[in-house]
Amino acid sequence: MVDSIRRRATAYFLLAPGALWLVIFFVIPLYFMAKLSLDTEIPGTLHYQFNWHWANYKEALELYDTQFFRSFFYAAVATLLCLVIAYPLAYVIAFKAGRWRNLMLFGVVAPFFTTYLIRTLAWKTILADESPVTEFLHTIGLAPSGHILYTGFAVIAGITYNFLPFMVLPLYASLERIDVRVLEASKDLYASAPSTFWKVTFPLSLPGVVAGTLLTFIPAVGDYVNAEFLGGASNSMIGNVIQRLYLTQSNYSSAAALSFVLMVVIMVVVIIYIRIAGSEALMGQEAV
Amino acid sequence: MSATPANTTPGRGSLGAETGPARAWRWLREHAVNIVAVLVLVYLLIPIVLIFVFSFNNPAGRYNFTWVGFTLKHWAHPFHDTELTKALLESIKLALLATVISTIIGTMMAIALVRHNFLGRRVANVLIVVPMATPEVVMGASLLSFFLILGTSRGFTTLLIAHVMFCISFVVVVVRSRLIGFDRSLEEAARDLGADSFTTFRLVTFPLILPGIFGAAMLAFALSIDDFVISNFNAGSTVTFPLYIFGAAQRGIPVEVYVVAMILFFCTVAAMGFATFQQRRAEKMTAMRPEQEEAPDIALPGIA
Repeated sequence: MVDSIRRRATAYFLLAPGALWLVIFFVIPLYFMAKLSLDTEIPGTLHYQFNWHWANYKEALELYDTQFFRSFFYAAVATLLCLVIAYPLAYVIAFKAGRWRNLMLFGVVAPFFTTYLIRTLAWKTILADESPVTEFLHTIGLAPSGHILYTGFAVIAGITYNFLPFMVLPLYASLERIDVRVLEASKDLYASAPSTFWKVTFPLSLPGVVAGTLLTFIPAVGDYVNAEFLGGASNSMIGNVIQRLYLTQSNYSSAAALSFVLMVVIMVVVIIYIRIAGSEALMGQEAV
Repeated sequence: MSATPANTTPGRGSLGAETGPARAWRWLREHAVNIVAVLVLVYLLIPIVLIFVFSFNNPAGRYNFTWVGFTLKHWAHPFHDTELTKALLESIKLALLATVISTIIGTMMAIALVRHNFLGRRVANVLIVVPMATPEVVMGASLLSFFLILGTSRGFTTLLIAHVMFCISFVVVVVRSRLIGFDRSLEEAARDLGADSFTTFRLVTFPLILPGIFGAAMLAFALSIDDFVISNFNAGSTVTFPLYIFGAAQRGIPVEVYVVAMILFFCTVAAMGFATFQQRRAEKMTAMRPEQEEAPDIALPGIA
């Protein structure tokens, strides 16, 4: 009895510092942001007064609905591109790489070893007018105007590039767990390669697809570095707006309202998505 | 990469009768997925190669976006720019502190979650997952709202608070996976041999989860030193390396930034290599114990 009480005390002692840190600096700030989003500024001062000012939400959304939808659109396209690009790579690393596996995995995470901002700036050089890449895409008709930089295309390309490893790694993890004998059985039963893939491999890799799309989509919606560096004035995303309102215009209430809406919408999208795609596969490991 | 004949339909095109183009076409079809994979890998690495190449560039102005000519002068004096060096040192100091704090409290949390049953475990699990599923802008903005309302001035301390906050979850996840894939009988043996719980932890548990802790610390360091978004909201007048780059991007990036980025890259690669080497050695040591039959794999939940 005493022993079990002591064990419980130990558990709370071990848990306390981290849990408190997260409550004080993650949960409570969210509450403060929600409160700030319903404040009005007392004219002439920098002080805010809480008065359930829901109009903040209405005004902010009316002003910035374009950027809002654009963010979700860019993020969705980039996530889809990531999935299509990442799958063959993850597949090869899991099933065909053999002794090259570790080297290829190293290649996947290598971009993380250079600073995010510089990687994105590198794309500025790659996608500049007159660069070989731009000229090639112009020749094959993918860039009719001959310009890529400062367009939505460049922003999506940047997001796709920057979050690709987040797609490859979970895909690889779930593909690697597949028992090769299942695939062999399918082949033995005269399934063609495509039907083995679509009826066996792909369904078994769904946990990786779900995890990868979430890990790509969530940070992509809120990203503003790519839009800042690679996009033009007409490509700014909701992150750019929130950043500008907070840091240069000091319009805290609108900014807080937008952040809050962003968080809630992402949460709703994620919950619906997990419901559809099957939560068990994703949360099985987390809920231990 | 091993060629897999698996994808070919048996009987199609007997080898002898095949013409050159047909053979090439067949080879291409068999290796299509490999070729795509290699192309994707190239795509992932192109910017790194470009950063490396442009660290030898010799631009006339401050814009390092087009190739002008080869020079070694920026590699000779990478820390010539005092503003850049100051920002880099600030980032390293911040990342080291954030790593130490988040690794300690994150490891404690992971141990509590795996080894103890207590009221509120589910809540604690949610508390760890949610920050990882929140976009950085929202985290940065909410923390700034918090500091604004409290009237806290932003600077190094607020940055440290923020960095520890977003590192904790990742530390917990990494250490927890190490603890789950862990042979409990080793601890029981120590207890049977009369060790108290602290001695068991010090002599058995801790050395065995050390590679996990080390990996978690490396991840925390990498996340912290590369963080831009949350830092941008909570830095005040403190300038970290990513913040310096963002500021400099408006007026043109000095080539030294590319050099420093490559130095960081090579340091990380070296650290990774060292960690892999340590892990291999640790695995070899556990493998030497008799009768150890894949127990850690079976203990991993979510596979069965």
